[in-house]
Amino acid sequence: MPCSNAIQKQQTKACGLCCTHLEDFGVSIGRTEILRDINLHIHCGELMAVIGPNGAGKTTLLKAILGEIPHTGWLRFLDASNCQARKPIVGYVPQKIDFDAGAPVSVLDLFSAALSSWPVCLGHSRRLQERTEASLLRVRADHLLKRRLGDLSGGELQRVLLALALEPKPDLLLMDEPVSGIDVQGREMFYDMVSDLRRNYDLSIILVSHDLALVSQYAERVVLLNKTVICDGTPEDVFSNGQINLAYGPFYIENTGGKRAYAKKGGGAIA
Amino acid sequence: MEIWYSLVDHLFPFTWAQHIFMKNALMAVLLVGPMFAIIGTMIVNNNMAFYSDTIGHSALTGIAIGVLLGFGDPLWIMVIFSIVLALIISSLKFLTTASTDTIIGSVSAAMVALGIVILSRGGGFAKYSRFLIGDLLSITPNELLILSIAFGGVILLWGFMFNKFLLVSVNMSLARSRGIPVHLVEILFCVAAAVIVTISIQWVGILIINSFLILPAAAARNITKNIRQYHVVAVIITIASGITGLLFSYYLATATGATIVLIAALFYLLTFIWKPRFF
Repeated sequence: MPCSNAIQKQQTKACGLCCTHLEDFGVSIGRTEILRDINLHIHCGELMAVIGPNGAGKTTLLKAILGEIPHTGWLRFLDASNCQARKPIVGYVPQKIDFDAGAPVSVLDLFSAALSSWPVCLGHSRRLQERTEASLLRVRADHLLKRRLGDLSGGELQRVLLALALEPKPDLLLMDEPVSGIDVQGREMFYDMVSDLRRNYDLSIILVSHDLALVSQYAERVVLLNKTVICDGTPEDVFSNGQINLAYGPFYIENTGGKRAYAKKGGGAIA
Repeated sequence: MEIWYSLVDHLFPFTWAQHIFMKNALMAVLLVGPMFAIIGTMIVNNNMAFYSDTIGHSALTGIAIGVLLGFGDPLWIMVIFSIVLALIISSLKFLTTASTDTIIGSVSAAMVALGIVILSRGGGFAKYSRFLIGDLLSITPNELLILSIAFGGVILLWGFMFNKFLLVSVNMSLARSRGIPVHLVEILFCVAAAVIVTISIQWVGILIINSFLILPAAAARNITKNIRQYHVVAVIITIASGITGLLFSYYLATATGATIVLIAALFYLLTFIWKPRFF
């Protein structure tokens, strides 16, 4: 794709001017300090992957941004149109959620419950059904409208949850290992969709993942986290940095064979 | 009430419907049925069958406390006690890491034992056995009024809170990410369920109240695909088994609550058999 084209697209769709700031962000639970001194700027239209060993505080970071657990420091969202700082609207795609698969809750029920206050047990309004259909269409899942949640496959469920996270349109989209345990095809479909969204809507994405191959394929920026930001840059920068060997140790070296793994697009899935 | 009596005379020109107590009981069934159906669906969705069972059993202790304090009608003490218990159980769930089943099981056993110990002091337990089995036919117009108020309260609560209850029941972290105060919503639901169970207990009976709560919902979820169907079918099943059970108990001279539950169990069995063909 020619450069000018890409820039123009960025300007019309994702303005790239609004951004989310984390300043001196930290989380302590009891006396245990889980995260400290995190300073990050995420521009809209940017997909930032957060990687790090188990227990590095990746999920905690997402929970703190969501407001589930208290944090120190500041979380600010700067709107390009009026330069006003405000709290960002945050969308969240959880890890494979566990729910009662036998419950007669349809996809439409889930959307209605989340988007309106009219009791779902009394039925759905035409308007809401159309809105849900449109939002499912965005993730190519409109055929799932009337299906029960328990009847969806793992990949379908994650797409539905992604569509739900985009309603109402968030400034910042958080994804926590959204496709762990889903087959390669489902994973690539999911990420292709995420890339589309990122290009076409004004939103920044923070993705937590262990799948380094997919991360290097789809993210333009990678943050290596271990209690604090160890390393922040393009996938090339981060994966060639010595720090990642310290953080991931033999795991990274054995499984990716060093730098080559990420260069080879879509090469070998790494758990 | 007069309007209701003449309406029943009009609609059901049968011998059973001529008794005032049957008219009252019929109205009670029509009030308790839908109320139990909609609460039951949510309890089943939340996997809280064990919780509602505990609330039912703990009513014994509520009665005992009422008796100790010298109240002739222990209903209000029972309701207050059940609210306190609901608050304790729902906050224990968040505070400890022990499994919910274990906590609720311990509370349940302790409450039943405490209730029996207090009530059996001096060998007078027999006069409380009506609470165990329940007596729907003895319901008075005043008590029907209490049931109607409770019913209205449930409708109102569901009108405002249903969607939040539903999201929390699907997945807590998903609900939380959409700005729902999950703990508060859970506590509210626990309290509402506790109050309804406790108010209805003397007519349905401690031993079987939970079955009447769970069975219609469990039957309905076998053959439904969305929330609206789920509720409609559950309400139909409770009302159908309520009225059929009432009639059977009248002609067979059996305990009404238990007869109703037996019919509801039959519905469950039928839907269970039908289930594979439905999906």
